[in-house]
Amino acid sequence: MGVIDAEKLTKRYPRVVALDGLDLSIGEGVTGLVGANGAGKSTLIKILLGLLPATTGTATVLGYDVVHQGAQIRALVGYMPEHDCLPADVAASDFVVHMAQMSGLPHAAARERAADVLRHVGLSEERYRVMGGYSTGMKQRVKLAQALVHDPQLVLLDEPTNGLDPGARDDMLELIRRIGKEFGIAVLVTSHLLGELERISDHVVVLDAGHLLRSCATSEFTHATGLLLVEVAGPGDAQDRMGNALAAAGLHARPRGRLIEVEAVDDRVHDVIRDVAADLELGLVRLQPGHHHIEDVFREGGAGHVQPV
Amino acid sequence: MSSPSDHPAPPLGVIHDIGYRPYAGPRLGELSVARSLFVTGLRNCYGLGRSTKSKVLPVLLFVVMLLPALILVAVMVQARLDQQPLPYARYAMVTQLVISVFVASQAPALISRDLRFRTITLYLARPLRRSTYVLVRFASLAAAVFVLVAAPILLLYAGGVMADLPIGRETGDFVPAVVAAALLAMVLAGLSALVSAVTPKRGIAVAAVIVVLLVSFTAVSAIQGIAVEERADTLAQVAGLFSPFTLVDGVQVWLFDGPASTPAPPEGAGMGILFCIVTLVVIAGSVGAMLLRYRKAAAA
Repeated sequence: MGVIDAEKLTKRYPRVVALDGLDLSIGEGVTGLVGANGAGKSTLIKILLGLLPATTGTATVLGYDVVHQGAQIRALVGYMPEHDCLPADVAASDFVVHMAQMSGLPHAAARERAADVLRHVGLSEERYRVMGGYSTGMKQRVKLAQALVHDPQLVLLDEPTNGLDPGARDDMLELIRRIGKEFGIAVLVTSHLLGELERISDHVVVLDAGHLLRSCATSEFTHATGLLLVEVAGPGDAQDRMGNALAAAGLHARPRGRLIEVEAVDDRVHDVIRDVAADLELGLVRLQPGHHHIEDVFREGGAGHVQPV
Repeated sequence: MSSPSDHPAPPLGVIHDIGYRPYAGPRLGELSVARSLFVTGLRNCYGLGRSTKSKVLPVLLFVVMLLPALILVAVMVQARLDQQPLPYARYAMVTQLVISVFVASQAPALISRDLRFRTITLYLARPLRRSTYVLVRFASLAAAVFVLVAAPILLLYAGGVMADLPIGRETGDFVPAVVAAALLAMVLAGLSALVSAVTPKRGIAVAAVIVVLLVSFTAVSAIQGIAVEERADTLAQVAGLFSPFTLVDGVQVWLFDGPASTPAPPEGAGMGILFCIVTLVVIAGSVGAMLLRYRKAAAA
């Protein structure tokens, strides 16, 4: 049994079907939930928290039924919503203590845990200031802290990198990776940016229009493709000349952006590429195995508009 | 975990990252969580645990509310009066402007805030049931208003006891006034919380509560004045149902035979019972309407 199991989960609104017979099993570690806006990610999270009833189907979280045991689930799960949710006139330290108490921690323990998690998310002296003046990055950190403060067994993070600049985004991703790997808390993280999930998740679930498009280990998405990527440096159309020469040498070569993609049928291919580059007097800048990206799944699967990074 | 004695003492002034520590302590039930939410809400009504700016108005109003009582006690002691210059039960009516401003400023601060900043999502994602959240928010606000209304009455009572007024008679007047203060607190909290729950914009909620409380009282006073003049007694008494202050005043006049603050307090059993029923319906109705309102908010 996984951390989250869903069977034929369906949610119909009067006008749209948000989830359509979704079967899903999510285990330990970091799981990325990918899908375009409106693919049903937020609806799924609300059903898993027991806040929204499913039209049909069943789901369990940590072994508890979402319909009848919502309170038990909410005691053991942390939730970081996508939208703003912090009152402007309260200090982060007071707020996180309060939220810990709302999860049932006694006051002294709540204070200790709040101090701990605020340190883990990297909020120092500014925690004593009211949150109205916080930057988006700081607000995201507080939102994450309140999701962790009661030491949950699972955290549901809805678009945690939304609105962050590149530096803050890297920090947030590293933090999420640590939560999954070092803190030992299962993570379900949604994003519409595939590149970031590829970096941190062990497992990726792809939703499209309420359907499960694909669910597998991240490594399966990014496995080696059996291709070599070649880049050469030289005057003029060096890349084209290199490509033509490789084809002439009997290799299957084709351009891929600024690089040349070569099928690595056997070990001799490396030697051939080296020799061809030497014959043309070009500098061999890059010779590396090619990997898939999660976004390729969307190209193959023909899913909606997901923005690759 | 290894005991500290296994390791040499670390040098002072070095911060160690001790890593993530799981929590193995107790997790309290809904009752304790509700109590904690109640206390935080009550504190927040007086600006405690909020920004410095948020403390100014409620504390100022609390002081303004106590000031007349303090002066009355001083006068009573100095002039050796043999009774309270202002009956306990009339204090809330005399200071209703202060009470109204407090309610209009703090109900939106407590209720609209969770909706406007969408903090409500975080509460609902925790074990607390939605209905418990609503009831506790109402209770916090009612308790805050009760403290504001009852504190000066308590001060008057203490002054009366110190001035050697007959303690039996004073207690007999004081207890009904406290009961009336509790009823008034619940009526005001219910109405203002409901208004705040449907108007997430704080400024509009403040204005709406002020309108509901002050305009209703002004209208009731005018109608009662005219109706008494015209000897339309029933009309004058029924009009008293339509302002929270005259409503609760009517209840305490009829139930406890207290001093009236309006020209047309309810007379006779029928009218008295009507006042009591309307008071209960207003309290229960506004809490019920809030529960419905939050059912919608949770799904959003």
